[in-house]
Amino acid sequence: MQTAIKRIIFFAAIIAFWEIGSRLELWHPLIFPSLSSVFSALVEGFQDKTLIYDLIASFKRLAVGLTISLIIGTLIGILLGKSKTADETLGAVILALQSVPSIVWLPIAIMWFGLNEKAVIFVTILGGTFVMALNMRTGIKNVSPLYIKAAQTMGATGVDLFTRVIFPASIPYVVTGSRLAWAFAWRALMAGELLSTGPGLGYTLRYASDFGRMDIVIGVMIIIGAIGMIVDQFIFQRIEKSVIKKWGLES
Amino acid sequence: MFIEINDVNKQYNDKENRPVDVLKDINLSVEKGQFVSILGPSGCGKSTLLSIVAGLTKTTSGEIQIDGKTITKPGKDRGMVFQQAALFPWLTVMENVTFPLKKEMKKKDAEETALKYLQMVQLGKYISHYPHELSGGMQQRVAIARALAMNPETLLMDEPFGALDEQTRTRLHGQLENIWTETKKTILFVTHSISESIKLSDRIIVMGTKPGIILQDITVDIPRPREEHKKEMLEIEDHIMKYLKKEIDKVVSEELQYANSH
Repeated sequence: MQTAIKRIIFFAAIIAFWEIGSRLELWHPLIFPSLSSVFSALVEGFQDKTLIYDLIASFKRLAVGLTISLIIGTLIGILLGKSKTADETLGAVILALQSVPSIVWLPIAIMWFGLNEKAVIFVTILGGTFVMALNMRTGIKNVSPLYIKAAQTMGATGVDLFTRVIFPASIPYVVTGSRLAWAFAWRALMAGELLSTGPGLGYTLRYASDFGRMDIVIGVMIIIGAIGMIVDQFIFQRIEKSVIKKWGLES
Repeated sequence: MFIEINDVNKQYNDKENRPVDVLKDINLSVEKGQFVSILGPSGCGKSTLLSIVAGLTKTTSGEIQIDGKTITKPGKDRGMVFQQAALFPWLTVMENVTFPLKKEMKKKDAEETALKYLQMVQLGKYISHYPHELSGGMQQRVAIARALAMNPETLLMDEPFGALDEQTRTRLHGQLENIWTETKKTILFVTHSISESIKLSDRIIVMGTKPGIILQDITVDIPRPREEHKKEMLEIEDHIMKYLKKEIDKVVSEELQYANSH
């Protein structure tokens, strides 16, 4: 059976169980609302534009945070990849920081910036930077020595060698790094928004929870999950696939 | 002499930090325009020697001069073709071949030059393809065109056809012979195949292993095309075989493995 058919049957079963279970009142609507009420909450949210404002606000923060984290991450990664001393010192710190969940930075961010937009963006930046740096570093270190030798016999040295061979050769790692940075930044942003002020998807999630609107809570969670999946599957994985093919890294 | 290799020694330290001789007292002179094969079993340092000529590896002692100039680093006067094509996958065939020309030529001139050499290896129709879209043999031809595009005096080839199947290899032998006749480059060609070296070169430098030394310098004066002189080719093959029984046993077992794996 095709994957698509299996999936359709699987999701249809879940949806049917969810809706029928709710209508038969197998569980209380406050604990878990019915599919139809979640759906109408979403429709309502888009009609009165609150969800649209939330989406715009969240994406704005993400765009700023992710862009900055990709730039900083790339620069740190290049430094770690090219300088052994930097790798042995700063590299260890980056590796340690990578294992700190980025939301842990929020208290510091609040002390530095206040409970506002800047604090959330700061947490988002930290979410993506380290994973980008580590991937960029691996990319630079894994450039085939053959490419470098070949380029040297063709007269390439120094900066020229870096910009024309070493960096382009590590593009597959840049793509993977960006994909992971996006995923980490997206999670960090949602966590940050949950604890901060609106508008934003995370903020609306907490707001709805405070007012006992489980239909909105579930609806927003579905939006957050759907965005994460769509960006990952339809944007990053496609780019990654075509890069891997072109760079001849298929196994 | 065009290429002068004078008393070249190369040592490296093994795991226990003991010095190992890779190349020992190598002396070799090559005339301009000569096609010289360096033949030897694996581990004899033939690739290291080529890498030293390319300027990619330093000698422990001794020096190499080309046209009177001592080699200290890689340069565009020496084009190198490796066993793997080493094309840049993010560039098209045309961009790969113009890679070494970017700085010294206008784009249009570089592309004209590149096209000339791509046509020489019969790949003029593939200029906008990417390397992953080409077969191994085609990639290797692009690599040859790329090395030729710099118009180097010397072409260094490190088992360039070693990773290809027999038919492709035979076809490329013919193409390389034509290119050499047409361009009159000096070619240093590293191989572990006796027949390949006899088929292609004016001269065969036979190397022994551990330490890497030159065992014999054989002149091949069979008229080309050599396919028509099978008998003479076999005579030279026998000569090399007889003279170097022990070393060749290693070569042969390697070639058997090679034939089996392809």
